[in-house]
Amino acid sequence: MSTDNVDTGRRRFLVASTSVVAAVGAGFVAVPFVSSWMPSERAKNAGAPVEVDISKLEEGRLLIVEWQSKPVWIVRRSKKTLSDLLKNDDHLRDPHSENPDQQPPYAQNEARSIKPETLVLVGICTHLGCSPTYRPEIGPADLGENWLGGFFCPCHSSRFDMAGRVFQGVPAPTNLVVPPHKYLSDNVIRVGEDEGAA
Amino acid sequence: MGNLIAWIDDRFPLTKMWNEHLAEYYAPKNFNFWYFFGSLALMVLVIQIISGIFLTMHYKPDGATAFASVEYIMRDVPYGWLIRYIHSTGATAFFIVVYLHMLRGLMYGSYKKPRELIWLFGMFIYLALMAEAFMGYLLPWGQMSYWGEQVIISLFSAIPVIGDDLTLWIRGDFVIGDATLNRFFALHVIALPFVLVFLVIAHIIALHEVGSNNPDGVEIKKNKDANGIPLDGIPFHPYYTVKDIVGVVVFLFFFSVILFYFPDGGGYMLEHANFIASDPLKTPEHIAPVWYFTPFYAILRAVPDKLLGVGAMFAAIAFLFFMPWIDRCKVKSVRYRSGIYKTNLIVFCISFVVLGWLAMQPVTETITLMSRLFSFLYFAFFIVLYITSKNESTKPVPDRVTS
Repeated sequence: MSTDNVDTGRRRFLVASTSVVAAVGAGFVAVPFVSSWMPSERAKNAGAPVEVDISKLEEGRLLIVEWQSKPVWIVRRSKKTLSDLLKNDDHLRDPHSENPDQQPPYAQNEARSIKPETLVLVGICTHLGCSPTYRPEIGPADLGENWLGGFFCPCHSSRFDMAGRVFQGVPAPTNLVVPPHKYLSDNVIRVGEDEGAA
Repeated sequence: MGNLIAWIDDRFPLTKMWNEHLAEYYAPKNFNFWYFFGSLALMVLVIQIISGIFLTMHYKPDGATAFASVEYIMRDVPYGWLIRYIHSTGATAFFIVVYLHMLRGLMYGSYKKPRELIWLFGMFIYLALMAEAFMGYLLPWGQMSYWGEQVIISLFSAIPVIGDDLTLWIRGDFVIGDATLNRFFALHVIALPFVLVFLVIAHIIALHEVGSNNPDGVEIKKNKDANGIPLDGIPFHPYYTVKDIVGVVVFLFFFSVILFYFPDGGGYMLEHANFIASDPLKTPEHIAPVWYFTPFYAILRAVPDKLLGVGAMFAAIAFLFFMPWIDRCKVKSVRYRSGIYKTNLIVFCISFVVLGWLAMQPVTETITLMSRLFSFLYFAFFIVLYITSKNESTKPVPDRVTS
């Protein structure tokens, strides 16, 4: 084949432009495949709010309910537990709950709750997603004598206090999440919906 | 018979391929014990593919039925227990063989010029193998499957900005669920095996292009006879095929002992908590990954910061990719390298094993301190190597292979 009369500049342009068009086309074709991995409509609808009756929840006890397939904890805290919270402040990463992603505005207070005695938390560690264990006892041998009760993650030993606030020097970066919730009556909480939502 | 082969050869390069890769592929004559593990890895891959295909015939990749279908395989399917244990033992065997194969490469400098691409293909095989093992571990849908994967997938949430959306995309749900199980099944049985087989072929083609290294790190192609055959080379078939069969027999002996007497590997291969169906509301008290991931897990646990911990863990693997350029010494084999390199390599191997052990222990202060020390030593290998290898005082390398 003779190449004497080939316009190489023109040929290079045609090859390059064809390649670019093909690459753009491949990019467009990738969109449906990549998107198919996002949560399906069914998965999105499955996260309906959950109603919980806490009238039988005793002081110091923890109740686990399932919301969006995640464990949600409800703890009824004693007066002493609430006053102990202040003692932890110096050892916490975010004692005043300043990170707005970790709780709704109405839980951005000292006790991180609507009613001080009732704590509502998503029971998933903010480090790598294990579910921490509830350790309400004061000064147990394995957690040290300064432990005033809280949550301990068995996976990577992150520690949280009785308001779900993370301690310093542990791998978890942020406080445990307070889910949107509201009181339907004194003893019934609706998890997954608050006054702001429809 | 001869006519048939001639007929095929006119249409497909059968004899040509046979000669290029077996009968006339000249390998150095001084291969030792360490050279069994390449062919063994290939055999384990075949074992995994065959046992895996038969498992898919009974397994159900569905959040509601997966756990029960594995128990069904174990109890009701004729010889189902054997096929399942072959597959789970094969996963462990795969990593043992691959780790020894990689150590061989480190000892004899098999990653050095002109074998950089062989090493890179090999590292990608290792990466694909880890992904394959990780996704396969979700399928039994027990407590360890669930929470182990929860932790590993959450690693990606450490990436700034896109982390949370990325984990959501990987899971396909707000937590690990049916969607995750179903897609991991697809990747485990279709996508990744394809990738693995493709990479293995590339690995072998690259190897046969440049020729095998050997315990002396001498290029046998430098000394050829009148016919262009390396003086220190012997045809792979029948010499090394026969030698490798000995390796296969010994390997299968150990494989069978584990398969029939310790199929759960004392809880390190099939963890006890995984005989409980997955429960998204409760994490088992003690989570340790299966043994072959433990060294990297110990590095993750050693760092008290989410992003840095995850970064260190990935860096521990990433450094290995760059071995051909980190090691600047011209001498390949450890036999002719300095005491510094020998010490460095031994410390590296010890760190790797100790880190693996540390990751299986519950966290205490001592364990954390030790994890930090040995993580430091693990990374120190690469740094010391880069600094010292440029002007290393080496011994003279012989012209021909020894013994």
